[in-house]
Amino acid sequence: MTSILFFEQLLNGIQFGTMLFLMSAGLTLIFGVMGLINLAHGSFYMIGAFSAALIASLTGSFWLALLASLSGAAIAGVLIEIIIIRRLYRRDHLDQVLATFALILLLSEGVRWCFGAFPLYLDIPEILNGTLPILDDIIYSKYRLFIIFMGLLIAAGLYILISKTRLGVRIRAGQNDRQMISALGIDISKLYTIVFALGASLAGLAGAMIGAIQSVEVGMGEPILILAFVVIVIGGIGSIKGALIGSILVGVTDTIGRIFLPELLKIFMEPASATSVGSSIGSMLIYILMALILIIKPSGLFGKT
Amino acid sequence: MIVEKIFNKWILFFLFLIPVLGFIFEEPYYITLTTKVVILGIAGIGLNLALGYCGLISFGHAAFFGLGGYVTGILSFHALSSEIMFSWPFVTSGSSDMLVIWPIVILSSAFLALIIGLLSLRTTGVYFIMITLAFAQMLYFFAISWPNYGGEDGLSIYMRNSLPMINTMDPLTFYFICLCWLLIVIFISAKLINSSFGMAFQAIKQNEERVKSVGIETFKVKLLVFVISGTITGLAGSLYTDLNRFISPSVLNWQMSGEIMVFVILGGIARLYGPLVGAAFFIVLEQTLGSYTENWQFWLGLILILEILYVRTGILSLFEKKLKYEK
Repeated sequence: MTSILFFEQLLNGIQFGTMLFLMSAGLTLIFGVMGLINLAHGSFYMIGAFSAALIASLTGSFWLALLASLSGAAIAGVLIEIIIIRRLYRRDHLDQVLATFALILLLSEGVRWCFGAFPLYLDIPEILNGTLPILDDIIYSKYRLFIIFMGLLIAAGLYILISKTRLGVRIRAGQNDRQMISALGIDISKLYTIVFALGASLAGLAGAMIGAIQSVEVGMGEPILILAFVVIVIGGIGSIKGALIGSILVGVTDTIGRIFLPELLKIFMEPASATSVGSSIGSMLIYILMALILIIKPSGLFGKT
Repeated sequence: MIVEKIFNKWILFFLFLIPVLGFIFEEPYYITLTTKVVILGIAGIGLNLALGYCGLISFGHAAFFGLGGYVTGILSFHALSSEIMFSWPFVTSGSSDMLVIWPIVILSSAFLALIIGLLSLRTTGVYFIMITLAFAQMLYFFAISWPNYGGEDGLSIYMRNSLPMINTMDPLTFYFICLCWLLIVIFISAKLINSSFGMAFQAIKQNEERVKSVGIETFKVKLLVFVISGTITGLAGSLYTDLNRFISPSVLNWQMSGEIMVFVILGGIARLYGPLVGAAFFIVLEQTLGSYTENWQFWLGLILILEILYVRTGILSLFEKKLKYEK
């Protein structure tokens, strides 16, 4: 019984981790290439979810909605990059933090203006409803498996994009030496816009896919944004590989910790206080993990020192 | 700079005038509002020491603000319900005396700042920003999931904490208590900034390597600034709980850290009175825009972005220039 529960929670953790990866990949890419710390990344998660909810209510198709989340967030990303973000690359981190903080207020209130304060809901399509038996006696939600599959697919796609294509070469060159690649005649501001839009669209896709399990509402992006920060601090800022491993680590630790820590503490303590202490520490577990990793390696697991 | 000093005197003058006017015209609401400005100003002045003068971009000062608030709330919750708080190593049931609460708040915020500082100052740049943010979030989630003190709903204290021989429930009296703290904090900050220690931490902001090369242990200097900064913000948190007679996890939220940062930037970074002006501007904006539209934060965001993109040096600097040209 416990092993089934454990396996199920492990899959939940991986599913959560793959979504975190979609968020943190964009964040780490934007930081790596443009040196920008983008607090407003969570807003693209929200914009993606709202675009999906809008298209789903108009057409009734979940697949079109997913496509809308990608393109909606990408369009918002391009516009915001050109109007505001572009001016911030040369500024110090403090200006970037504050400007993107202000952008969160702007975008959240803007979306609340357009869609109202009530949460929207996205329906999961027929084929992905229900459960799928995996292994002998373990059944698991089809939709969550789909999320894991999509996450891994995108991770593979990003790997190919970065390591095998011309755009990838440019992105890697941008990470190493910004001045040099613009001196080599590459339109650096176009590259920046593309990278920003790529990051935004990945966040938007994550927002739409999670929006179908939870609800689509203003402010949904910020909790997951902060987790994405924890992920890239653990993985090392600028490293996509670090983001992938950090995401899975954070996703699994968080999910397993919340479920099993209270159980574990019940061995030593009376059940009532074990539950409250366990759930409190469980919710802090990833931050403790982050502190531990930083004590051992201040630049994160795959960060450049 | 001389003009700015005159302007600062005007600020202090208004801080005396507005609540007294509020008292005379029986508008206690304005007294409360000004109290809020003063308290948030103290929190901002605390952050300004680390962020403005030493260049430590802490995105987690809500942790200290919230800790100060929760320590105050918990102590007085136990005192009012005469419930035993803990029985080891000594038995205590809290306290509702500000003279007891303040030292405990100061010690506990200093201790928290010491721990967070020790861990996060190992890193620099973006890592530091994110780690301070993450520590504050850690406390936020802890406060939400810890059921003993209200959890997500927060904790109400029915009586404002007391001072011997003073009626703290009177809005004007409580305001002057806060104002005293503000003056003390400004005095200490001014002394610090002009001391040799102050020279050291301001030099670190400009070039840490050079400060190291003259033989100053920059890590210790930064840690001390961070601790002082966190302690001041913690004290503001304590006053904030007394003002509202309520504390909830929302003061630990990352948005609070952002707002304290906004006070510092709006007013003018590394200016002694900057955070106070920023807090006043923020509260006035919240009140006026909030009475016109529910979406006042949209306009706040817009003003902030324009400030950062085009003005860059805060409200006080605008004033400074204007006065200079007029001469």
